[in-house]
Amino acid sequence: MKLAYYPGCTLKTKARNLEDSALAALKALSIEVKELDRWNCCGAVFSLADDDLIHHIAPVRNLIRAQEEGCEGILTLCSQCYNTLARAHNLMIDDEEKRDTINRFMDEEPDYKGEVQVIHYLTYLRDHVGWDALREKVKTPLRDLRVAPFYGCSLLRPDDVAIEKDPTILEEFLSALGAQTVSLTEARECCGSYQSLANPDAEQQRLGKIFGAVNRSGANAIALSCPMCEYNLGRQQHQLLEQNANLTATPTYYFTQLLAVALGIEAGVCHFDLNGKPAFELLKEKSYIVSAAS
Amino acid sequence: MTQVPIFNPIASQDKATLEKIALISGQDIYQCMQCGTCSSVCPMVETMGMTTRQGIHLLQFGKTAAVMDARIGELCASCHSCMVRCPRGIDVAKVYDAVRQLTLRENINLIDLNEIPKETLTDAPQIAFVSSFRKLTS
Ligand code: SF4
Ligand code: SF4
Repeated sequence: MKLAYYPGCTLKTKARNLEDSALAALKALSIEVKELDRWNCCGAVFSLADDDLIHHIAPVRNLIRAQEEGCEGILTLCSQCYNTLARAHNLMIDDEEKRDTINRFMDEEPDYKGEVQVIHYLTYLRDHVGWDALREKVKTPLRDLRVAPFYGCSLLRPDDVAIEKDPTILEEFLSALGAQTVSLTEARECCGSYQSLANPDAEQQRLGKIFGAVNRSGANAIALSCPMCEYNLGRQQHQLLEQNANLTATPTYYFTQLLAVALGIEAGVCHFDLNGKPAFELLKEKSYIVSAAS
Repeated sequence: MTQVPIFNPIASQDKATLEKIALISGQDIYQCMQCGTCSSVCPMVETMGMTTRQGIHLLQFGKTAAVMDARIGELCASCHSCMVRCPRGIDVAKVYDAVRQLTLRENINLIDLNEIPKETLTDAPQIAFVSSFRKLTS
């Protein structure tokens, strides 16, 4: 299947640690992907208003770009991009009237009828590499890490875009890297998403619940795939800890950073500086880091 | 025989608002059986002025202003937990998105860039801004 890699806005700056580790890992697994030419922002959230079609233009345009390049699939990393593109794709298949209106509105573009499959990196790893093959490629098993998998919302809801029903994909992935996984009650819940900007108090209340569960689970690391979750759980964590002396700090990682480390890729590629100091320290302490370049 | 007048509790202005909500959301709120499942799974419910179940109940009676005052639409994070679990098949996220749209379409913004701390402005990822402004500005 010919694939176009869709990075989205955040991965080029704030979440370079997600993109660079993911691409380096693919290279180490001898998988070549080409970035989609002329991609644009997907809009970050799927428009829920029935009378608002204009916001579907952005994600659909990306799908058209991939279709023009003769790709059958578009590969995404950011959970919100995945969700927005996958829902737009489904809308264009399921709703004939909206599809016609959107296609007619973009009359300078070829029509889109749902030809391009939207695939998340995790699913791609499972289906095209496989957990057993991945396990064999691991050079540094992450044996002493007790990782809490945090799926968040965008990979799982609504059902028609869920990367897996009753998901265990992150757990299977982490086990293939040699890590232990813990069961986290909040793993499939929301991180508070964009509310951290407009309603930081509501966000802190959400984080309190999540970190209560993380601490109870005995995890010493959190794995996630979304820059929004990473910002809330990772970068906002210090505020929560300042207010709650009973909570313990737990570093957050993009799942692709753990993948890169386990594959023995040089640590500089992972930009651990973007995760905050404790994230790098923990991996160093466990002697997982190949070169202390970060 | 004299006809008994039927008491209609919903004022015509509220009826028009309900019709807008139905049009924007594509949902029939009268399907709700008040089970409270949506509220029990809502991650933001504790910060809202009333539960999502109560909100739907008030909407059924046309009390849209009370639901807006409770800021349910504003505080919803569009996580879709309610939507995937509602036993009556109501997309609750869409209902509250429509309630929020009513405010936004009056040219009222629900986020003020000037109130965001400088640290957040430098730190937050692009998707945080794009989604906040998509969801909370007109
Ligand atoms: S979509 Fe909104 S109302 Fe529904 S559970 Fe999530 S935050 Fe609550
Ligand atoms: S889950 Fe559905 S039926 Fe139950 S209270 Fe919420 S909207 Fe009503």
